[in-house]
This record gives sequence, C-alpha cells and structure tokens, in this order.
Amino acid sequence: MSNSPALHFHGSAAIAGTPIFDPLDLDIAAGKWTCLLGASGVGKTTVLRLLAGLGDHIDHVGSIRTSDGQLLAGRISLMAQTDNLMPWLDVFDNIVIGSRLRGDAVDGDRAERLIEQVGLTAHRHKKPNALSGGQRQRVALARTLMEGRPIVLLDEPFSALDAKIRAEMQELAAGLFAGKTVCLITHDPGEAARLGDVIFVMNATGLHSVTPPSSPVIRPYDAPDVLACQGQLLRLLRESS
Amino acid sequence: MMRALRIIGVTMFILSLWHLLVVLTGLPAFILPSPARVGMALIGNLELIAHHASVTMAEVMIGLLLGAVLGVATAISLAQSPIARVVVRPMMVLSQALPVFALAPVLTLWLGYGLWPKIIMALLIIYFPVTSAFFDGLMQTPRGMLDQAKVMQARPWQIMRHIRIPAAVPALASGLRLAAVYAPIGAIIGEWVGASQGLGYLMLLANGRAKIDLMFAALIVLAVLTLLLHASVDRLCSYVVRRQQA
Repeated sequence: MSNSPALHFHGSAAIAGTPIFDPLDLDIAAGKWTCLLGASGVGKTTVLRLLAGLGDHIDHVGSIRTSDGQLLAGRISLMAQTDNLMPWLDVFDNIVIGSRLRGDAVDGDRAERLIEQVGLTAHRHKKPNALSGGQRQRVALARTLMEGRPIVLLDEPFSALDAKIRAEMQELAAGLFAGKTVCLITHDPGEAARLGDVIFVMNATGLHSVTPPSSPVIRPYDAPDVLACQGQLLRLLRESS
Repeated sequence: MMRALRIIGVTMFILSLWHLLVVLTGLPAFILPSPARVGMALIGNLELIAHHASVTMAEVMIGLLLGAVLGVATAISLAQSPIARVVVRPMMVLSQALPVFALAPVLTLWLGYGLWPKIIMALLIIYFPVTSAFFDGLMQTPRGMLDQAKVMQARPWQIMRHIRIPAAVPALASGLRLAAVYAPIGAIIGEWVGASQGLGYLMLLANGRAKIDLMFAALIVLAVLTLLLHASVDRLCSYVVRRQQA
C-alpha cells in the first residue's frame, strides 16, 4: 500500500507537570510493523496516545511528522488492549460503528467480507457478551480494518489473550494489516521478535533500536533467530529497570 | 411460586402483628382499626375506592411519563452542551432547595382542582432524580469508547446517539425505578391541597367524617398500587437493560 506514510515522533511528554519521558526520536517505517517494547509505566502508551491525537491532557514538547507531509487526523485507526466494543451492538454493527459515528453510509458488503476474513461468520448476530475474549478481539480487528486507514496503532491488543489465541491473532493481524504502517506497543519480547520489522526498546534511559531477526514477518515463534532476539529484548528490558 | 408464597407469608405476618397490636393495646377503632375492620371497609367501599384509585393512578402515570421524557431531554441537553450545564444546572440545584410540597398550593391556585396540578406535582418530584441519574450516566461513558470515537472522527451528536445514550441506559433505569416510588407522593400531596377526586382526597374525606377504617383502606390500596407500579417499572427496566446487552 503505497499511501501508507512513515511517521516521525520527536519530543518529550509530561502529564500535569510530571515528566513521562525525556526527548526521544521514534521513526515508524512506512508500510511496516514497528514494535515499541517497554515495561509498564515507561510512557509507551503516552507516545501512542499522542500519535492517535488523544493527547489533550498530555504536554507534548516536540513534533509529529508524516513522510508525505499530510495531516495524521483521519488516517489512523486504533486497536487497544480493551476491545471497546459496544455491548449493545452485535458483531456487524460493532464493525461498522465508525461509519455510523461519522454519519456516513455503511458499506455492508465490505463488513460482511471482513467478518468472513476474521472467521466470525457464524457469530455475526451475537453481541460482545456472548463472545470469547479472542472472538471479541477479532471483532475489534475487523472494525479496525473496516476503517480502511493507512496507519494502524496497536496498544497491546493481544496481551489479555491466552498464549494460543494470542499467537493466532498475531498471525491474523500480520496478514490483514500487510502494507499498512503499523505501530505496535507491547511488553511481550516474544511478540516484538515475531512481528517487528523495526524494533525499539523504551526504558528509563530512552529509546534503543534493536536489530530484528532477518526473516520477514510474521516469523515462526520457535525459529532460533526469533528466540535469540526475544532473549536479547528481555535482557534489555531487565537491564533498564 | 416461591415468590408468591413469600409475599403471602410476609403479608400474613404484618396483618397478624397489626391485629395483635390492636388487641394488646386496646386502642379504639377511631385511632387504629383492626385489620378485619379495614378489610370490611375495603370490601364495602370497593367501587368508591376503585374510582378514586383510578384517578390517582392516572395522575401518577401521566406525571411519570411526562417527568421521564422531560428528565431525559434535560439530561441529554446538559450532557451535550457545556453552556447548558453552566446556565441550567445551578437552576436545577436551586429548584431542589425549594420543597416541591410547598409548590402544591401555588399549582392548585394556578391550575385549579383538576388533574393537572397533581400531574405537575408528580412530574416535579421525579424530574430531578431522573435527570440527575441519566445525566450522571451520560457523563460516565467508558473512556476507551470515546477515544475510539475520536480517532474515528465521530461527530458529537453521533457519539451521543450511538455511544453515550445507549451506555447510559442502565443509569436511566435506576432513575426510573426511583421515580416510580416518588411519583405517587407528588400526586397525593397535590390531592391533599385541593381535589375532588383521588385516594388522597378520599383519605382526607374519610378522616374528616371519622371513617378511620375507610382511611386505612385507602392508604393500603395506595401502598399496594405503589408497590405494583414499582415492581412493573423495575421489571420493565431490567428487561430492557438485559435485552440491550445480550
């Protein structure tokens, strides 16, 4: 997808006078997966919120630039750890909520195709309370794709899932987000090693670039270079704290 | 079935206590009539009581409906518009400082002895709890949903319609449950101040003619009807909330 721009984040952030992180430079590659790995409380979600335009309460000193010079607003979709599905809407209506919220016409055919792609055809009329955690994140995934935005921000979307479902979701997301500029926030070194075209570790001393395994994403979780990378990332995480 | 048995059991227990109290204290019937006397008064005046009860219930139902509609509309405009919050909210709080009961004579003066002053009383008494409960619900939309909407570039009114209102339905339901109990209070006070019909009027009339057993019969009918109204509203609200999320 040639219209997926690269992003450059620069600056520091504070919330209500408390510094969250010192000035840092984060390059998010065009049309690739950039993983931002860090322990809880290190400020990685703050970076993501600023990118998503949700930083009203954050004092950001710095800039966010796109490689094509166009505005970010309206070109981003967000998928968070909590699925944020509306409990009163069924699967279909949750997926098309973006169009409804903008007052646009709903592309029902496209929504149906996405429901099929994420494997929820049999659950199309169910409400979120009737779905498992993995199924709910599939709905959130389809909703994210339904938006059709070139940039996808992922804030630990798979961290609450069990290991088997998490691996499946990583594979599904890697396939469906291909070509988009993806920024994945995670605290799971294994996830970063599997999914990152570009990997950064964020800790109290700042941002550290880590060379990812040379194979293309999505990588097998048990390949030696992936395991080695995972080990290296974990070591970096532990050193920093 | 168990539920019905429990209700019958509790009722029998209260009636026995009441009877015991009358027997033990030897209170005269014009102070505290026995349950049997009140039962006789109820059966003997069934048509009369039914007529006055239907008037009161009409006042209560219309007041409840109008108060709920007005409360919902106010809560939505308050939640949607910061200006409305600045202007209207202090007025609402101030209006609560004035006991609604104190307004009953004024309403009767303005609107006469018919249904309307009672309907307005019922409306006024439930307006604040409904507005307040629903408004709180509208202001407590889960932040993640609002973040998602913002990233999706939602329009404010669409957020209200598709997220904030449906998310606040359980809060509105608890406001309405309260309202179902409060509304009869408003109607009865309206009737006490000036009326020619209704259970409140009947109670005053019976009291004035020393028909204490009839007064108690009217009181019991009022209590039972209020309980039934509350139970129906409660059932309806639970059903709607359950349907909404499953």
